[in-house]
Amino acid sequence: MRGKKQPKSLLYRWTVAALAANLLPGCSVDAPETPVLRWYVFDEPSGAFAEASRRCAEASDGAYRVELRPLPADADQQREQLVRRLAARDDDIDIIGMDVIWTAELAEARWILPWPEDQAEAAREGRIPAAVASATYQGRLWAAPFTTNTQLLWYRTDRVSRPPQTWDDMIDMAESLGEEGTIQAQGARYEGLTVFFVSLLASAGGSVLDEAGAAALQPGPVREALRLMRRLAGSPASDRGLASAREDQARLAFESGGSSFMLNYTYVWPSARSNAPAVAEHMGWARWPAVEAGRPSRVTIGGINLGVGAFSRHPDLALRAAACIASRDGQRLAAERGGLPPTTAALYDDRQVRATFPFADLLRETLNDAAQRPKTPLYNDVSLAISRTLHPLAEIDPDGDAERLRQAVGRALRSEGLL
Amino acid sequence: MSPRRDASEERFGWLLCTPAVLAMLLVTAYPILYALWLSLFRYDLRFPDQREYVGLANYASVLTSGVWWESLANTLIITVASVAIELVLGMLLALVMHRVLFLRRTVRASVLVPYAIITVVAALAWKFAFDPVTGFVNPWLGLEQAWLTERWSAFLVIILTEVWKTTPFMALLLLAGLTLVPQDLLDAARVDGANAAQRFFRVTLPLMRSAILVALLFRTLDAFRIFDTVFVQTRGAQGTETVSIVGYHALVTRLNLGLGSAVSVLIFICVIAIAALFVKGFRVSFAAGEES
Repeated sequence: MRGKKQPKSLLYRWTVAALAANLLPGCSVDAPETPVLRWYVFDEPSGAFAEASRRCAEASDGAYRVELRPLPADADQQREQLVRRLAARDDDIDIIGMDVIWTAELAEARWILPWPEDQAEAAREGRIPAAVASATYQGRLWAAPFTTNTQLLWYRTDRVSRPPQTWDDMIDMAESLGEEGTIQAQGARYEGLTVFFVSLLASAGGSVLDEAGAAALQPGPVREALRLMRRLAGSPASDRGLASAREDQARLAFESGGSSFMLNYTYVWPSARSNAPAVAEHMGWARWPAVEAGRPSRVTIGGINLGVGAFSRHPDLALRAAACIASRDGQRLAAERGGLPPTTAALYDDRQVRATFPFADLLRETLNDAAQRPKTPLYNDVSLAISRTLHPLAEIDPDGDAERLRQAVGRALRSEGLL
Repeated sequence: MSPRRDASEERFGWLLCTPAVLAMLLVTAYPILYALWLSLFRYDLRFPDQREYVGLANYASVLTSGVWWESLANTLIITVASVAIELVLGMLLALVMHRVLFLRRTVRASVLVPYAIITVVAALAWKFAFDPVTGFVNPWLGLEQAWLTERWSAFLVIILTEVWKTTPFMALLLLAGLTLVPQDLLDAARVDGANAAQRFFRVTLPLMRSAILVALLFRTLDAFRIFDTVFVQTRGAQGTETVSIVGYHALVTRLNLGLGSAVSVLIFICVIAIAALFVKGFRVSFAAGEES
């Protein structure tokens, strides 16, 4: 009897063991012990974010895992999805890849957690001041500066012997080049138009808001910024499609070879090298043109900071993970693979980073003087007010529109009226 | 029939309707009333604590804003133009579908294809077609036009997209009306010496009046709420913003629940006004039909 029974029970045991082995990875190894942190961030195509978070999770020794929750590429749509979830107190949001313009809004609504002072100090360490400022609101740090970005002037070295110093200079040069002189900029009615205006205004010595958060819009600088926008749009050197041009239209047009100048972010460099090597060969870079000679331009800063969702189930772990992902190693990954410029100043001396960004010194110098977009919880309203008032650039009336702009921004700051 | 029986039948009818009415109240009346309520507050989703009652201030703010009136005008332009073109094209298609002798099912099914395509996809397809770099429209017409960067050409593209997308719907409704026209009447008119045009305008069209009005009502209400085509093609730039996009900006982008709800309520009132206009038109036409 026993001898007959044994094989059966052995088989049974094997089957159970095999079944259990199949089930194991699904339930008992990963799940309940290892908390999973969800990182909501735009869908980064190179996989640098996934790799950075994987390395941090490994280094955490099983303290947490990070799961990426991809958001749309468009910043407006990222924000739309996030604010709807945050308004509904979604506890699935642990880490947020925050566009620099959301800091004040998310902080004021208490949808993200402020960084405790000791960890904030560590997160500020060695970072470019403008990047730290972009994550700061009312004296507190609300996110770890991760990647940054700003526009440079890209030009054709085979057509232009020296880069233009000022906007007037550039438009003159472009007009004298004729057909091929076209300047590529962003004139569609969207955030990019606000960025364009803020850069021009800051370069002219003005600002949208004053220290107290009220509308500043100093008349002199505003008129100068509007004059240049009007001049660009009315010039034969502007692209016919300026009124609907975003960064990508500008990039594509420049890569097709018919343009000599472009204001755009650093991603155009790797793109031109792979899509249009003939153009890339003659592609030079320079500081964004100044408004007046002798006063260096101040260009709007962009990029992503890592904040911790206020309704997260694991805020301490999320803070730890955010600090780790935004550390030097994470930044280096994002720079080398994703082409996203780092926020730690010293990384601009790193050999590998310099190979990715041959213009690293220019970029760091531009970032050191960078301008912030208005820091107000109503940023979105203010930005809509600006882009709606100024679009289309070709119909700007520098005197009348300065007043319309002041009124529109005032209404936006009071949450009044349609925009 | 006795009036008593009428009353009990009516009561029974209402009883049968109750579940549907309750469901409708739950999914339509509640949100509408809630929007009405919200529109009386200054209420930002980000700062719920600062909510305060402001009476009709949101309505005053919307109705005194140039943005609202401009978008209303834009919406009416798109509505009137697209519905008018759809009516003519839809009627032609309906006649073809009615008369076609062979492959009737294939013709009817193929006409429906544009209507089956998701609006966002259709809008993108038309956007790409009219794109100055990648589109095929410019080379065909020998033009170098950046269609979506100017107001009137952008309107043209938006209206064409709408027409292409919803003409099949119009055609189907009209086809239903066409099949109701008795062949005897047309034969009698032919015997009396009426030519094809006379038969169409004097016999077919008057008999189809209510079908046409229903089709127009549906399409007008639909066209008035246009959102996706404009959102995809211009995002409301170049002065093509419609009332729905204005409401979307206030509600979804700015999270301004008070102002956004006021816009929604105003759109609702416009829709009711359009419906009332048509329903009134019906009664007149019914009465006229019965008199003759």
